[in-house]
Amino acid sequence: MNSSVTLLSQWQFAVTSVYHFFFVPLTLGLSVLVAIMESIYVRTGDEKYRRMTRFWGKLFVINFAMGVVTGIVQEFQFGMNWSEYSRYVGDIFGAPLAIEALLAFFIESTFLGVWIFGWDRLSKPLHAAAIWLVAIASNLSAFWILVANSFMQSPVGYAEENGRLVMQQFSALLTNPYVWGQFPHTVFSGFTTAAFFVLGISTYHLLRRQQEEVFKPSFQLATVFGTLSILMVILIGHNQAQQMVRLQPMKIAAAEALLRTENPASFSVLSIVDQETMSEQVSLRIPRVLSLLAYNRLDGEVKGILDLQKEYESLYGPGNYVPPIGISYWSFRIMVGSGFLMLALAVYALYRVLRNQVIGETRWLKLFLPAMVLPYLANIFGWLLTEMGRQPWVVYGKLRTADAVSPNLTPPMVITTLLGFTIVYGLLMVADVYLLRKYAVAGAEAQLPKPRTVEEQAYWE
Amino acid sequence: MDLNTLWFILIAVLFLGYFVLEGFDLGVGMLLPFLGKNDTQRRVILNTIGPHWDGNEVWLITAGGAMFAAFPNWYATLFSGFYLALFLMLIGLIVRGIALEFRSKDEKPLWRKFWDWAACIGSFIPSLLWGVAFANFIRGVPIDAQKYYVGGFWDLINVYSILGGLVTLFGFLLQGAIFLSLKTEEPIASSARRAAGRIWIGTTVALIAATIATYFFTDILERLGVNPGPVPIGAVLALLAAGWFIRQGRDGWAFFSNTLAILLSTATIFLVLYPRVLVSSLSPNFSLTIYNSASGPNTLQTMTIVALIFVPLVLLYQGWSYWVFRKRVSANPKDLHY
Repeated sequence: MNSSVTLLSQWQFAVTSVYHFFFVPLTLGLSVLVAIMESIYVRTGDEKYRRMTRFWGKLFVINFAMGVVTGIVQEFQFGMNWSEYSRYVGDIFGAPLAIEALLAFFIESTFLGVWIFGWDRLSKPLHAAAIWLVAIASNLSAFWILVANSFMQSPVGYAEENGRLVMQQFSALLTNPYVWGQFPHTVFSGFTTAAFFVLGISTYHLLRRQQEEVFKPSFQLATVFGTLSILMVILIGHNQAQQMVRLQPMKIAAAEALLRTENPASFSVLSIVDQETMSEQVSLRIPRVLSLLAYNRLDGEVKGILDLQKEYESLYGPGNYVPPIGISYWSFRIMVGSGFLMLALAVYALYRVLRNQVIGETRWLKLFLPAMVLPYLANIFGWLLTEMGRQPWVVYGKLRTADAVSPNLTPPMVITTLLGFTIVYGLLMVADVYLLRKYAVAGAEAQLPKPRTVEEQAYWE
Repeated sequence: MDLNTLWFILIAVLFLGYFVLEGFDLGVGMLLPFLGKNDTQRRVILNTIGPHWDGNEVWLITAGGAMFAAFPNWYATLFSGFYLALFLMLIGLIVRGIALEFRSKDEKPLWRKFWDWAACIGSFIPSLLWGVAFANFIRGVPIDAQKYYVGGFWDLINVYSILGGLVTLFGFLLQGAIFLSLKTEEPIASSARRAAGRIWIGTTVALIAATIATYFFTDILERLGVNPGPVPIGAVLALLAAGWFIRQGRDGWAFFSNTLAILLSTATIFLVLYPRVLVSSLSPNFSLTIYNSASGPNTLQTMTIVALIFVPLVLLYQGWSYWVFRKRVSANPKDLHY
């Protein structure tokens, strides 16, 4: 019974977190872009930047609302489904969560309210300052939640007392090397997401040659912003992978489907591993490349899954310490693949923008409509690798996921909530996509509400 | 005063803030389909809380985070024990938040009608459940020696907790109605005032009934935490004053009085609880207290510094945001641009 509650709770956490993270990265990046647009408007007084701000701001607000309401679930379900986890790490994990609310969420939500409703009530610079505060606070909230997540990946600054962890040094949480990879990686991924979002929607209008005075500068801004961001994502990601070799060798071994320790280590081009028998069905590997990636030189040991399993058995006792290999392996590849594809696209867009070819010759632009999917793929599979690759641990090396679940829950209870969240989230997604599409397609000219039909007029009065 | 007590007070303050602030926006959400006679009126009503509801909800998120950080065992037992109730509350809060944001972004009557009712029902569920939850805090729930909740969903539903639910339901409705009378122009303001007068009767009956029931259904007489002294009497007096001000049409004073009533009645609950946070109905020895459910001293110290710096700042800029939108919302297109 406990194991099915664990599995159902894991599914619920996966569904609600992945869903929440559809909205978060766009919030991180689009808040900054809108703030830049409004600042240009305040500086230049040029009306087209005001229209840009309002257009992208509206999409930002729709997306933001979804992030907010799904975020409450995130905070509550640690206690609801993972009470033993909460008891075990609450001393440490709760602190960044509370600080996130106090330092970031309050600023974010208060000043977004001021921004949305304050167009006529505040001076222009003050109004622009409000969206900057939203942008800064959003990214600050990412820092605090990642401080918490980094503790699960690489625990620091704690002591174990009476079967639970207690905080030794708060500063150790903040200087956790893991968070200083994860935080910039996540933030720049968010910036990249927003850049490709703006590129895609601008493309839609540029292809139809409408409102070019708004969407050309949007495209240009997003190109520069996106190129820098995706470059940072990849550089930092490379560092994180090197760190992972040291801190979470099992995760990188699974992501590379590396069964046996190698020195020099080979990079997998295509591997299929049967996790039941721990045998390779297909294995196509390039020698030395994994060592090169891990250590920036042509040799160096990377530990394999089977050797790590033995090592962990002697360290932590009998058990299965291998995360789902297929999911880790493919998540890693989809994330990295989307990342490099985005880099190529962003550099190409930059080349076109610098040659001032955004308007007119437009066949190349069509690439940027489907490209909107790429950051979402990278974001989701990146998190799948991070969280699934950590299994069977919930706190790496300290607490197993199976020991973290709430003991009082029964399968019917969790099925009820899993279904409930899934259905409600599904319906909300329909409404969200409908609205985003409507406002994106309507363009910057849209002055809503539009003239009413007779039927609507009757409803109005 | 030790840090555990300080954090108990701080969490109480966060809930006080939450009930006062989200109290009125939940109330406004529930009243929306009833007081808004046409679309323009409904937009006016929504825009009174538009800039504020999200910031108000952060009081809850902070309270949750503070419980997790300062009293992990309280957080763990409460949230896993009240599992299905919290699920319902979350669904309510989710649907309502989206309703408030999405409702005016499409013109189709069906779309708007759907979200109007979603805002209403989504506000109704948490309004009722907060009282149910707090009544159970002091009435006691089945908690065993290992700090585990060993009951089910139906253990949370009883005469006393339903009375508690009615208190928050009517209290928030009243807070919302008074807020609308304060923040809208005619004709909405008058109908909100009339509604407030009627709701006030329900609130008063519910509060008095719940207070009397407290003596029968809880052990607070034998095991009073801190004697609340005049605080509960103050709550009742404030509510009576609110009723009088509503009838006098003095909206500002009515809002102030009802705010005071919410503050004092919530404070009463925390006072009689102290130093317990969750009463066990199985044995007095199993109750969770601020000592057996707390974090270590390092966490409490760190969090104290953070809270003492940032809570006043939050009050400052949230207060400023209310000042920015201090005027009544009119049906003028400029006010309804959103």
